[in-house]
Amino acid sequence: MHELGIAEEIVTIVTERTRGVRVTRIVLEIGTLCAVLPDAMRFCFDLATEGTVAEGARLEIVEIPGLARCRGCGASVALERPFGRCVCGGSDLDWQSGDELRIKEIEVA
Amino acid sequence: MCRTCGCSDQNHTHDHEHGADHPHDHTLAPGRRTVPLEQRVLERNDRLAADTRHRLRARGVVAVNLMSAPGAGKTSLLERTIRDIGDEVAIAVIEGDQATENDAERIRAAGARAVQINTGAGCHLDAAMVTRALAELDPDAGSIVIIENVGNLVCPALFDLGECARVVVAAVTDGDDKPEKYPHMFRAADVLLVNKIDLLPYVRFDVDRCISRARELNPRLRPIAVSATGGLGLATWYGWLRERVAEAHEVVATTP
Repeated sequence: MHELGIAEEIVTIVTERTRGVRVTRIVLEIGTLCAVLPDAMRFCFDLATEGTVAEGARLEIVEIPGLARCRGCGASVALERPFGRCVCGGSDLDWQSGDELRIKEIEVA
Repeated sequence: MCRTCGCSDQNHTHDHEHGADHPHDHTLAPGRRTVPLEQRVLERNDRLAADTRHRLRARGVVAVNLMSAPGAGKTSLLERTIRDIGDEVAIAVIEGDQATENDAERIRAAGARAVQINTGAGCHLDAAMVTRALAELDPDAGSIVIIENVGNLVCPALFDLGECARVVVAAVTDGDDKPEKYPHMFRAADVLLVNKIDLLPYVRFDVDRCISRARELNPRLRPIAVSATGGLGLATWYGWLRERVAEAHEVVATTP
């Protein structure tokens, strides 16, 4: 359940950035290949924000699809899971996107 | 939209440090406003880890992040490694567990220095915990520090600790499909130690299948089959550690 630690880090970051102003919405980008589950994240977010500037804030999660480049033939490979195979048969994939874990924006009151 | 303050008026400048808690004298979007952050959540952890890696590298210290599911034999492997090559190169250990000093005591009994981290509810170590433990451990220049992570094949994969290599242990008493069940861990590792191979006659575990599945996720993964208690394959593991030590010493020797 690393999502709890991550939720706490999000609270720390927004608290520092807003210097105490109440946060009403947080937009979080989570890549589908990243080992962070949106449902677990939502659950932990409510726990982590309790009693902080982000208490009651809406968490919006934007999921970013996985995309890799095959190191063998250079083709683009869409990934739904953190592994896969290129049409050429290669599995040595260089991830281009999908492992993001980023606070895109926040809304303050 | 202004990227500094998030208001809708494009025709203004910001010549002061712009926080969110002061009044604006220009037109604001009514009510709430959106502030773009574009900040990686693990940025602080990763920056700290990079710092730690840099400091260890400068002193020729080899730091290994050792990970596995609970019970795969990480601590037994370390006890044996310390007894077998501890005279040749100094080894110190950072032990991560949710509770107890048990593993640090086992390491000390084997003859090495150890610092125990108890993570409480935490399921993994992070760079801040390891930085604090390293300050306490103060490893010798040119030594090996092994960071035994909390037994868990999921969470530790996400956190850079400042190590120079990641080693994952899979025991033959578990399923040989661990790599596909826990792809992040095997993808992030440099070495796969398949442990407890002395028990192969008694279990259904296909070593080749486990290794080929892991290498499909991570073609650069170096597999080594060992028995930490019986001693099989350990010479290859020690050989890998010696290569890392030689590399680390080389870096120090060639850096002005």
